Amino acid sequence: MTRMPYYPGCTLKTKAQNYDLSTRAVFRELGIDLVELPRWNCCGAVFSLVTDDLLRQVAPITNLIRVQELQGTDSVDDPRLVVPCAMCFNVLKRANARMKDNPEDLKKINDFLYLESQPYRGEVQIIHTLELLKEISAKRIKEQVKFPLLGLKVSPYYGCNLLRPKDVAIDNPENPTLLEDFTQALGAEVVFNNRRLRCCGSYQTVSEKGLVADLVYDIIMGAARAGADLIITACPLCSFNLDWRQKEAMEAHSDHKLIPVIYYTELMALALGIGNGFGGEHFVDPQPLLQKFLEKEKGGI
Amino acid sequence: MTQDLIPIYIYSRKYYVPEGSTIITALEYLGFKLKKGVGCKEGFCGACASLYRLKGDYKLKGGLGCQTVVQPEMQIVQIPFVPAPKAVYKIEELQPDPEIFVRYYPELYRCLSCNTCTKICPQELQVMDFVQAAVRGDFEQVANLSFDCIMCGLCSARCPAEITQFNVAMLARRIYGKYLMKKSTFLEQRLKEIESGKYEEGYRELMSLSQEELKNRYFQREIDFQIT
Repeated sequence: MTRMPYYPGCTLKTKAQNYDLSTRAVFRELGIDLVELPRWNCCGAVFSLVTDDLLRQVAPITNLIRVQELQGTDSVDDPRLVVPCAMCFNVLKRANARMKDNPEDLKKINDFLYLESQPYRGEVQIIHTLELLKEISAKRIKEQVKFPLLGLKVSPYYGCNLLRPKDVAIDNPENPTLLEDFTQALGAEVVFNNRRLRCCGSYQTVSEKGLVADLVYDIIMGAARAGADLIITACPLCSFNLDWRQKEAMEAHSDHKLIPVIYYTELMALALGIGNGFGGEHFVDPQPLLQKFLEKEKGGI
Repeated sequence: MTQDLIPIYIYSRKYYVPEGSTIITALEYLGFKLKKGVGCKEGFCGACASLYRLKGDYKLKGGLGCQTVVQPEMQIVQIPFVPAPKAVYKIEELQPDPEIFVRYYPELYRCLSCNTCTKICPQELQVMDFVQAAVRGDFEQVANLSFDCIMCGLCSARCPAEITQFNVAMLARRIYGKYLMKKSTFLEQRLKEIESGKYEEGYRELMSLSQEELKNRYFQREIDFQIT
């Protein structure tokens, strides 16, 4: 087992526990033990673009100090910080880059954080779970697959946070293939949705449900036209919007087609034969579809 | 025996007080009538929160007036009370769900993780850590980390996100105590025994004893119970 520092983030501890649990489970299966950072705090939720309000950068940087602290013990083998949540990943990585580019800012923040055991040195590397899967290689994942998801038509959805701005992108921001390669490795059929990079509406979902429902309608219908059975995401907010705003989309558009949305790690758990028991609330229930594959695992079909 | 006097500043005015005084004893020595901002004088009640700065140090520090020993040239002010919203709820109607923080203390989610609360806490609690635990709905963690909070209010007075950490923590501890903490089977069993009258006779006997006999019994008692 390779032990790596792991930052789950607040949403994975509350509304998206299924993403947290499935992530830990699949990586354990691949020989990686994700060690939750001690005393982590909220990443800041949105990367602040305000250049003269450094206080907004304190939250992500404090977490990176926690990584240094963990690296100083013998509880991790690979020092890189693994982050599954697309939002947290984006915030942490951008804050980290800002500190590297602006030593003055880093010094100010370190002066402010005088209670900490050590200053942030600006050297922590942050890696998204999908990047880590790529590193592990599609070949290796394929070998681990116990129940290839043959016949399942999966539409990968990226959203914004994993690919923009391009400096922190985990793949080519215009033409990513990470999720597609991954889906293929699981034996499923990749369905190309030309709306896969569109914004899901993000936090507008709180105050502008209608606007988000229209965006979601457009994205889901793109997947539907391509013949998708299922959409996979790597972001709790994308996942929430794409799933729950289908309610409003359905009410506003009579031709809306309901498609279930799950995390790529949940799909992977199914293929690796480590089950389906990660919970999670859905508007469009993925279970009827997933059950078919579970029965196959039990030797049914 | 003479005691050295040292200069301190109270509300910006210079006074001389005996070395080794606490803030409260210094105020009493100077003849201030303390109607607010003082309580148990034992470091437990949280009524005497004070802010101070030491000579040559830019840091604004917090402490309990009854526990903080004055130093030469120290500038002091007392903060007897911090205005704070306090949620009114019926605990029976709540659930151990993170949503209750959204409902009663939504400002909690403004936390910047700046740790200013932790810097000022006279109890040296990891205040920010329990605020963050509340953000992610970890009631047990909040309860454990905030257990020694005496609600002096300094964290809230300093917080740039205007959170009332101590009230958030109280709500979390109440929820934790009512719904999540492991219940003691021992207590339940003992209550049943009391209700069934098991100890009536023993009590009657104790009530009839003289003070001297009671003392003997007290010192000879066996402490034999287990808490599960």
